[in-house]
Amino acid sequence: MAVLLLAEWNKDGLAVETARAYSAAQKLHMPIDVLLIGNAPAALRRAARRLPALRRLLLAETQAAPKAQQEALEHGLAEPVAALLASMAAAYTVFMAAATSYGKNIMPRLAGLLQVAQISDIIAVPAPDTFKRPIYAGNVIETVRALADKKVVTVRASAFPLPAMAETEQGAEEKLVLPQDLPVPTRFIDEKGDKKEGEPGLGTAKIIVSGGRGFGTAENFKNLLEPLAAKLPAAIGASRAAVDAGFAPNDRQIGQTGRVVSPDLYIAIGLSGAVQHLAGMMDSRVIVAINKDAEAPIFQVADYGLVGDLFEIIPALIKKLG
Amino acid sequence: MKIIVGVKRVVDYNVKVRLKQDNGGLALDLDNLKMSMNPFDEIALEEAVRLREKGAAREVIAVSVGSPAAQNVLRAALAAGADRAVQIIAEPMPQPLDIARILGKIAQMEQAGLVLLGKQAIDDDSNQTGQILAGLLGWGQASFASAVAIKGEEAVVERETDSGVETVAVRLPAVITADLRLNEPRYASLANIMQARKKPIEQHSLAELGIVPHPQWQVLALNYPPARKAGIKLDSVEALLARLRADRVIN
Repeated sequence: MAVLLLAEWNKDGLAVETARAYSAAQKLHMPIDVLLIGNAPAALRRAARRLPALRRLLLAETQAAPKAQQEALEHGLAEPVAALLASMAAAYTVFMAAATSYGKNIMPRLAGLLQVAQISDIIAVPAPDTFKRPIYAGNVIETVRALADKKVVTVRASAFPLPAMAETEQGAEEKLVLPQDLPVPTRFIDEKGDKKEGEPGLGTAKIIVSGGRGFGTAENFKNLLEPLAAKLPAAIGASRAAVDAGFAPNDRQIGQTGRVVSPDLYIAIGLSGAVQHLAGMMDSRVIVAINKDAEAPIFQVADYGLVGDLFEIIPALIKKLG
Repeated sequence: MKIIVGVKRVVDYNVKVRLKQDNGGLALDLDNLKMSMNPFDEIALEEAVRLREKGAAREVIAVSVGSPAAQNVLRAALAAGADRAVQIIAEPMPQPLDIARILGKIAQMEQAGLVLLGKQAIDDDSNQTGQILAGLLGWGQASFASAVAIKGEEAVVERETDSGVETVAVRLPAVITADLRLNEPRYASLANIMQARKKPIEQHSLAELGIVPHPQWQVLALNYPPARKAGIKLDSVEALLARLRADRVIN
């Protein structure tokens, strides 16, 4: 009886989403092992060892693997990663990961390999075999009991707190021997991001300013939101309508079909608050809505609302922020 | 190459679902709601039809699992360009693992080269059937696709990730799941809608496919999410900044 948490990390450290998913794993009251794939630096490993009551930090180092497998594992391709997790199935009852694009790609494949279904995007753990999860774009919360012996679970990270890190390193570090036959039917070609140097990412930003169709053009979106975001400082998000209109790239989209975020402060500007958008930001601590339509649904979830013209309000905000 | 496309009948995306009292608990109130093809499946279907039009595929087979009413969704799929429609009648609606087993069986019977599915259904928001299917079949997968090109024995797929766009090449046969920006589905012409009414829909039962449903979870309760308490409207930028400073969310 143990949990295996598949970690995400990059050169900046362990992903915030993984740390929050660890809090969800703790609710299962079982020993927890965390798996790091790739050659994680020593500082990151030491930091990960401070996850409270961690049993083992498992390292799947890839340098000894054949080149194709090495590349596929380091790029997090689902086929070899899911096969690696499945090869460890005998030792675990629960496999967990954050419901990021990484976890959402890999974990259901693992479920297929184990012949079970995944419990997706959990927001609460009322009992070790029982989970709450949003359905219908977050309009309904479903409580489900998982029936299979092996459970594959993805975690909506924004619904769980960051764990209180231990003062000292926990548990033990252990290197895995990779299976010889990890499948690689897929080749990584390239990856393009559009995050600017120094700008906080949507997953970690304490403040997010998000724009909608009310900006009218891509130029307005950029020319008004970027200076405001730089002042706060904040990450920039967008509604699906703004993304569809070409104001912002897809990786900025917040909502049921995009990212789910929970910053300390979420400022929604010129967006009406469609159900699918609300599903992505409802867990934010403080929500501000700025919209010229006083009846816009976004005001129903906002702690503070300003009814008015964003073309006047944003410059005034920038000025008053100094 | 044959392409299998899964098309699920779901509550229309413009409809806000409600709960009703039922046996002392709450249940979904789905009576008389507008039902449509899952929007992500529409996109998957459109992509399959475009691949056939480009000569990359020979036949597009739309498959729907669920109640007899799913026939309407299959008619819509035929009108939108599917060559054949296959209906698997199964009530209650099977869970994702069983849907994947059913689709896998059909993919093998048809010797399909590609299965194209929506990345998630907008009712249960599980986002897992395509990936489970790829795992069950041992095929490669490319989820959350925003561009697909067939090049020889591979599909080159752009995938939408949390940090941008990743491009991968996956060996065929494979499973691809469609994200929003993959394409804009066409409207079916009236002529195609009329023709689709006359086309046959092949039907199979789970027993004919040799599949016994194996539910993986039991729904214990359905509830509304906790409502956020109503906030206040402020009359100036200064008042807003004062509140945000008092709440210690800005400096």
